[in-house]
Amino acid sequence: MSNSIPLLTILGVLPLAFALIAFVVRGKAGKQLALVGSLVTLAVGVWAFFAAGSGDLSELVPWIPQIGAWYALSLDGMGRAMVLLTVILVPIVLGAEWTLDQKKAEAHAEPRWGGNVFGALALLVEGFALFVFMSADVLLFYIFFEATLIPMFFLITGWGGAKRGRAAMKFLLFSLAGGLVMLFAVIGVYGITAGAGQPSFLIDDFASIPMSETVQKVLFAGFFIAFAVKAPMVPVHTWLPDTAEQALPGATALLVGILDKIGTFGMIRICLGMLPGASLWATPFVVVLAVISIIYGAVLAITSTNLLRLVAYTSVSHFGFMVLGIFAFTTTAMSGSIFYMLAHGFSSAALFLAVGFLLNRRGSVEIADFGGVQQLAPLLAGVFLISGLATLGLPGTANFVGEFSIMTGSWQRQTAAVVIAVLGTVLAAVYVLWAYQRVFTGQPTDAVKQSVTSDLGGREKLVIGPLIALLLLFGFYPQPMINVVEQTASTTMNVVGMTDPLPGSMGGK
Amino acid sequence: MLEEFLPAAPVLLVLLGGTIAIVFEGAVPRLVRPTVQAAWALLVLIGAFGWTLVNWSANAPQLAAMNALTLDGPSQLTWMLLLFFGALAVLLFAERRVGGGESPFAPNASAVPSSQAEREAIAARQEQTEVFPLLLFSLAGMMVFAAANDLLTMFVALEVLSFPLYVLCGMARRRRLLSQEASLKYFLLGALSSAIFLYGVALTFGYAGSFHFRDIDLAVQSNAQSPWLLLAGLALLGVGVLFKMGAVPFHNWVPDVYQGAPTPVTAFMAICTKLAATVGLLRLLYVALGSLRWDWQTALAVIAVATMVVGSLIGLTQTDVKRLLAYSSIAHAGFILVGVVGAVTTANGLADDRVGSVAAILVYLAAYGLATMGAFAIVTLVRRSGAEATSFAAWSGLGRRDPLLGVLMTIFLLSMAGIPLTGGFIGKVAVFAAAWNGGYSWLVLIAVIASLVTAGFYFHVIWVMFGPNPNDETALVSPGIGTQIVIWVGVVGTLLLGVLPGPLLDIAINSAGFIR
Repeated sequence: MSNSIPLLTILGVLPLAFALIAFVVRGKAGKQLALVGSLVTLAVGVWAFFAAGSGDLSELVPWIPQIGAWYALSLDGMGRAMVLLTVILVPIVLGAEWTLDQKKAEAHAEPRWGGNVFGALALLVEGFALFVFMSADVLLFYIFFEATLIPMFFLITGWGGAKRGRAAMKFLLFSLAGGLVMLFAVIGVYGITAGAGQPSFLIDDFASIPMSETVQKVLFAGFFIAFAVKAPMVPVHTWLPDTAEQALPGATALLVGILDKIGTFGMIRICLGMLPGASLWATPFVVVLAVISIIYGAVLAITSTNLLRLVAYTSVSHFGFMVLGIFAFTTTAMSGSIFYMLAHGFSSAALFLAVGFLLNRRGSVEIADFGGVQQLAPLLAGVFLISGLATLGLPGTANFVGEFSIMTGSWQRQTAAVVIAVLGTVLAAVYVLWAYQRVFTGQPTDAVKQSVTSDLGGREKLVIGPLIALLLLFGFYPQPMINVVEQTASTTMNVVGMTDPLPGSMGGK
Repeated sequence: MLEEFLPAAPVLLVLLGGTIAIVFEGAVPRLVRPTVQAAWALLVLIGAFGWTLVNWSANAPQLAAMNALTLDGPSQLTWMLLLFFGALAVLLFAERRVGGGESPFAPNASAVPSSQAEREAIAARQEQTEVFPLLLFSLAGMMVFAAANDLLTMFVALEVLSFPLYVLCGMARRRRLLSQEASLKYFLLGALSSAIFLYGVALTFGYAGSFHFRDIDLAVQSNAQSPWLLLAGLALLGVGVLFKMGAVPFHNWVPDVYQGAPTPVTAFMAICTKLAATVGLLRLLYVALGSLRWDWQTALAVIAVATMVVGSLIGLTQTDVKRLLAYSSIAHAGFILVGVVGAVTTANGLADDRVGSVAAILVYLAAYGLATMGAFAIVTLVRRSGAEATSFAAWSGLGRRDPLLGVLMTIFLLSMAGIPLTGGFIGKVAVFAAAWNGGYSWLVLIAVIASLVTAGFYFHVIWVMFGPNPNDETALVSPGIGTQIVIWVGVVGTLLLGVLPGPLLDIAINSAGFIR
């Protein structure tokens, strides 16, 4: 509370304010204002990222004292990483979808609203997501968790394929189902703290309150189901491929890159941080689900005939890795998981945007409609390949650092799971390289020649360049960021009451 | 004598206002009568609101009118809410611009539809300005019902609030047969439920030997007689009140009446009747029958589950906005009952500064009222060849044609769905928390699942408004000043309650204590 300017509030409110302006200002000016808003937020976000490293930025104001709800914001290591991811991705997505109001692709129906509305909705998503990542109060977390659904629903409804209405509804109902189950758990938090004397929704207050094992398990289930839908994990993942196929690639990049991270974020912050006992109890079950997600997602990615569905399934597989790392209960695996959340945000966004560039040219993302694009658009092919290689975890990219830490960190506690999960990385090579082969290599057909007439333009280079640079930067020089996220991992390990297993050479298992 | 009735002055003011309004019918020239009546009704309601506010801020709960009325926190707050929403309803009643200069009510309600008499009434530009005194009388009945301290007063109030509503329901200007059918249905079922209520009053009197809540409570506690008489009385009383609330299985009238009645009347009924009935139920169950809690809690929990399930599931299949809002109102009755079942009050160990069942339900009703009032106000704006068009087909693409209106309606629907940052969310959290604290966490789980189903149909409407291409046959009329006020009060209230619920929660907590 020592800080004089409420930096975190400013960071969260900025994009929301710009969103309102962009809604009102129609046409090109609104679009530009939205971009300016996202860039200002980027600057403030980077400032907050560094400021949170050197001092305490937390804010604590009573909000609804009658029920113990606080306007409590704070920024720990994991929050810093997620804030950085959010503020970087939004301007990139806005740039990538800059021409969405002129799009005439056959696969995509005519746009409903102007570019300014897209910018405004994206900024709403950004503002709400930032608040989620900064919340230190469960009710506040829940409120913004649910609030993100509304602009995302309209982002899917407004632009994209012909069946986007169904897709938006499916996305919404899955998320709301998870969210309302979570509401049950949130009310449980109130019930328990009120029963213990003083109602409070503060996350830090909760773990120390004694409660029966059954209650803890019920609450854990409530929270975990919501996060599993969000993440998404098998078997509640089916909304993601459908949504990705219909929505604009830029919107999907926001969804998968930022919003889905709330799932894994919440598992660490709320499941482990508030209900450590139940988290340990559920570990075998969760790990099995995670491994199934890894393999099942990868297999479905291989069999996908649509590039957007393919990328969506790779994400299902990768979220499996993150969950495995979280529930391995070692500092290495958990910080690997958080690092992977960041890396996956960049790599999946790069891949979705690259597919978006293909879509804008060809008007389709069916793999069968492509072939030999590399000869016509070598730069685009290169971008796809690099993002794909990052996705499959090639050493030198950020994803490798995350995936490798998860594997090594989980080895001692979850050996069998790691052995199976390694298969996932092999399958990853298949889906990425096979897709690359079918789309980019060989001789271009006439249809491809007619539609793919240009390589990446200046705007496209400008938006995809930073993503690839970041993937390589964090791949070759991961240590500073690992130090940042390790703080959250070790704090959470303390709450759970687990210590790292000794390495084998020192007498460990 | 005077000091006995002075605290109940707001009710008397409303009754007096209604009586004077009837005099206006004969005394004021026809041309200015609609304006005068509307202004008078508003004036009366504002005056009564101010008086209630003064009484409430004196914070001296007392019995009045020779112990027939209790002027405690819940009744004062309910009065303020009733008068507030009643005033908004008057604005909708008086709206003429959306009807192309015509009032929403039939020019001559007693003329047979499509008859010569009706054509003449239309040609003569007749108007039934009696709707304003009817509203005032009904409102006075609701106020008494919410504050009644004995069963007989409660019954009289029930009738006073019902009869004007029966008449109002049959007075729609368009689709008059539908409206009259609604009126008749409401009247027959309402009369039946009143009779059942009266039977319950008789049985309870037989058990306790008194109509007063206090004496009933004492009789229950002393456990003097066989409980069967009492339980039967309790069940019959419950039927009467639950009918007015629109709870399953006494809900069958709701969709037809809501659809057939003129939309301003529907809005008035959906909010104010529910408000009065809910507070009456609370008083009955918590004050008179509080010691029987273990008996009625389970039964009421079953009714709550049935109400939520029926309201939400059948709501899914609706293709008409007004009917959908009717089923939504049934589902809301279910959510309110969830809070009633919790029965967390200061009488059984709630700390003074916490949100208990009564405070939670009052906040819920306020949030529900704001969103419902606004939603029905928007319903009056969507028209096809002059008449309201409420089918989904007519509503398709509305938000794309008028984004502002679409966004406003979306906010109301989000609030009803209980999405955060709207008042509906705060209401839901408060009510569910009350049920959880009362030991009914399983009921909360079911309520949460029902919320998901209701969200399904609210978002269906949102999709209808923003998804398909606009329907060209539908006209969006521009609202007059009254309707605009209603919509904006609804939106600002809904968002304010969602973001900064502290003040209202404080008021509700301070007004949650029943006296008897």
